[in-house]
Amino acid sequence: MLRKFCRKAFQKSIWVYHANSGGCNGCDIEVLNVLTPYYDVERFGIKLVGSPRHADVMLCQGPALRSTAKALERAYQAMPAPKLVFAIGSCACGGGIWYDSYSVIGPVDSVIPVDFYVPGCPPRPEAIIYGVAVALGLVDKKVAPIKLKQLEFPIPRYHPEDFECKDGMVVYRKLERI
Amino acid sequence: MISKLREAVICLKAGRVTLPYPFAAEPVPTRYRGRPIFDGNKCIGCGGCANNCPAREILIADVCQEVRVMRYLGQRCTYCGRCADVCPEQAITMSPEFETATNDKADLQQELHVFMGTCQRCGRCFTPPSVLEQLMMKGYRMDDLSTGRWVYKSSTFLPAEGSADVEIELD
Repeated sequence: MLRKFCRKAFQKSIWVYHANSGGCNGCDIEVLNVLTPYYDVERFGIKLVGSPRHADVMLCQGPALRSTAKALERAYQAMPAPKLVFAIGSCACGGGIWYDSYSVIGPVDSVIPVDFYVPGCPPRPEAIIYGVAVALGLVDKKVAPIKLKQLEFPIPRYHPEDFECKDGMVVYRKLERI
Repeated sequence: MISKLREAVICLKAGRVTLPYPFAAEPVPTRYRGRPIFDGNKCIGCGGCANNCPAREILIADVCQEVRVMRYLGQRCTYCGRCADVCPEQAITMSPEFETATNDKADLQQELHVFMGTCQRCGRCFTPPSVLEQLMMKGYRMDDLSTGRWVYKSSTFLPAEGSADVEIELD
């Protein structure tokens, strides 16, 4: 049954091109880790190719630098038309921790359009496989923006009705740490 | 020939090593640090996490004197855990969550609107030699939330003449 499902799900194999535009090699090693027998993605038909002209997916690591942005753009243009770009690692997603220095232009999506983001420094090999699965539509993404608003003032003096008298001490009922 | 056979024997001895990841989830290592989760009920808005973040991606915008907006961008986070380390209220926990792949960067954001208590005399201040000193946060800050960048000086938005710090006389 699993085999049938896999055959249906992975009808076409995607070939990936691995572009590092100035990362620290951490994400490179994780991407190569994905291709090792331990995480063996070649059973899903994912294969590493050496030229962007053969590739369907570009895996970008590292921020777009002043020196490499043009090469990155040319590699993107060399890929044949139905193409996906993955930004892998926090450098490619948001520019890394040196995002505001001189030589860093910014994240990869300031140069080429990026379809999927896999944050992490470096992301686990599992996270990269998960990103590919999200791209293929096999699983739904798990993250969503979180917004929280404090509706009530957290300091007890603004809510005198919640005070309690316990063993001769004043205790704020809603807060366990006071 | 014999060496090839020996190689084959070694390969057969190793057995199957491929992890069953996409079909069965592996448990993460116990000390693994994933995405930080911010607890809005515990946060007091001291700003220590924002000042200690090496990626400078926790932004603070003081909308008015009593409300502070804290935004965690999540895109260039290295999961170093310094924010969780410095937080005096343990409002930040490093979750073991790593399946954060998304097609939209805004999915990674977390935003808190925190009520701030203010000093009745000077707005918001505290004496430097205290526990709060390691948080390195004093006064107000207005970061650029739209572009996700820090604004380094609080005097950026003031006119040139009024940019000198106001001195308060103490008796």
